[in-house]
Amino acid sequence: MDFQWWLFAESLPFLAQGALVTAQLTVVSFAFGLILGTMGGLARISKNPLLSGAATVYVTLLRGVPLLVTLMFLYYGLPSAGIQLSAFTVGILALALTNGAYVTEIVRAGIQSIEPGQMRAARSLGMSYSRAMRRIILPQALRRVLPPLTNELITLLKNTSLVSTIALTELLRVGMEIMTWKANTFSPFAGVALFYLCMTLPLQWLNQRIEAKYRIR
Amino acid sequence: MRADTDGTAMVEVKGLHKSFGHLKVLAGIDLAVAPGEVVVIIGPSGSGKSTLLNCINFLEPFDDGTVRVGGEWIGYVPDASGVRRKQPESHINRMRTHIGMVFQQFNLFPHMTALENIVEAPIQVLGLPRDRAVARAEALLAKVGLSPKAGAYPGELSGGQQQRVAIARALAMEPNVMLFDEVTSALDPELVGEVLAVLRRLASDGMTMLLVTHEMAFARDVADRVVFMDDGLIVEQGKPAEIFGNPRNERTRAFLRRLQTH
Repeated sequence: MDFQWWLFAESLPFLAQGALVTAQLTVVSFAFGLILGTMGGLARISKNPLLSGAATVYVTLLRGVPLLVTLMFLYYGLPSAGIQLSAFTVGILALALTNGAYVTEIVRAGIQSIEPGQMRAARSLGMSYSRAMRRIILPQALRRVLPPLTNELITLLKNTSLVSTIALTELLRVGMEIMTWKANTFSPFAGVALFYLCMTLPLQWLNQRIEAKYRIR
Repeated sequence: MRADTDGTAMVEVKGLHKSFGHLKVLAGIDLAVAPGEVVVIIGPSGSGKSTLLNCINFLEPFDDGTVRVGGEWIGYVPDASGVRRKQPESHINRMRTHIGMVFQQFNLFPHMTALENIVEAPIQVLGLPRDRAVARAEALLAKVGLSPKAGAYPGELSGGQQQRVAIARALAMEPNVMLFDEVTSALDPELVGEVLAVLRRLASDGMTMLLVTHEMAFARDVADRVVFMDDGLIVEQGKPAEIFGNPRNERTRAFLRRLQTH
């Protein structure tokens, strides 16, 4: 084992910068994923066959293709079609699209888990479909989707490490660079693992809190 | 009081047909309800009673026939040659504000308190200012005997209390007619009375009411007219005394006999 304390300590400031990029990737792509997933979930249950069909194709494709392949496809494939995007943009795009597909299914299941009687009661009071969705169905669905959504957030955070393959210096990539530069594997990667844990542990704690809070009812 | 079909009826159903796939649920219903009339619909399960109520506020679209409430079409408008045209959603939504409905499973909004349940639609749909909606809701909660429960969530209320809030919620829209779909069927026996008491008071206040119920004693006391349905058709109708005391149709007799043996 080639672990060395001084090398470990020395890597931490560099790794912290990488962790910042990882955090940015996570937050931005999760935000887009939420927007995509909410629209996708509503489209999935829509009576309009065009909307629900498009959403189904989207979910099937992005859940069926490995994130790594989506990344490669966008990073190396798009330039051949004349579309040149920065590594950061490609990273956000691939993560958000994939996350959005999973969120779509979470939102769909969340809405469909609400008693149909709720929609009927809302409509019987003269509410339009969209108002009933907004005021009655979605607020209830939100409570049910929060635990799986925090799960998705944790998955997404860990999945950002795949973006290291397209030369974006996020947390894992910084660790690999230190490894080649210092010819030492264990010390930088111990730091990498530590940083990932520091970010996922609060999320796991949050996940448990939310699950405990909404279990009763 | 029997309504004629000259347009003075509060509810007028004509030639209503409805199938779910191959299953024919309503096979040509004609029914008119006069303002202030209390009509109780009885019949075996699967006879189409609940579907009929759901067609009257167009929660359930129907295959043929027309429905008018307060003289206005709801769902479909027939043209001169009798061809039906579906109304825009906005019109159907507006019509529904005049038709209150109470469900077997209460269907209160669980993320809102009793008071919020009641003020939601008056504020959101009718555009009532909040203070007026709250005043109206408080008066209705008092009417159903639940003033102390204004801040309670549905999960904290008994079934009977939930159903009384649901009635108040429907009344807050100041509807012209109220539809009650087996509103005591999901209640524990000891809670049925408190809901029936509210219904009785509503009937004596002159509300136009259509009720699907298995509470025969209630029907006998409160109904102006009892309608017996079987196989998607109205088989027999009349004053409660006639239907319960001297049913003419064999199917009505058989149904009432079965109830007594339970």
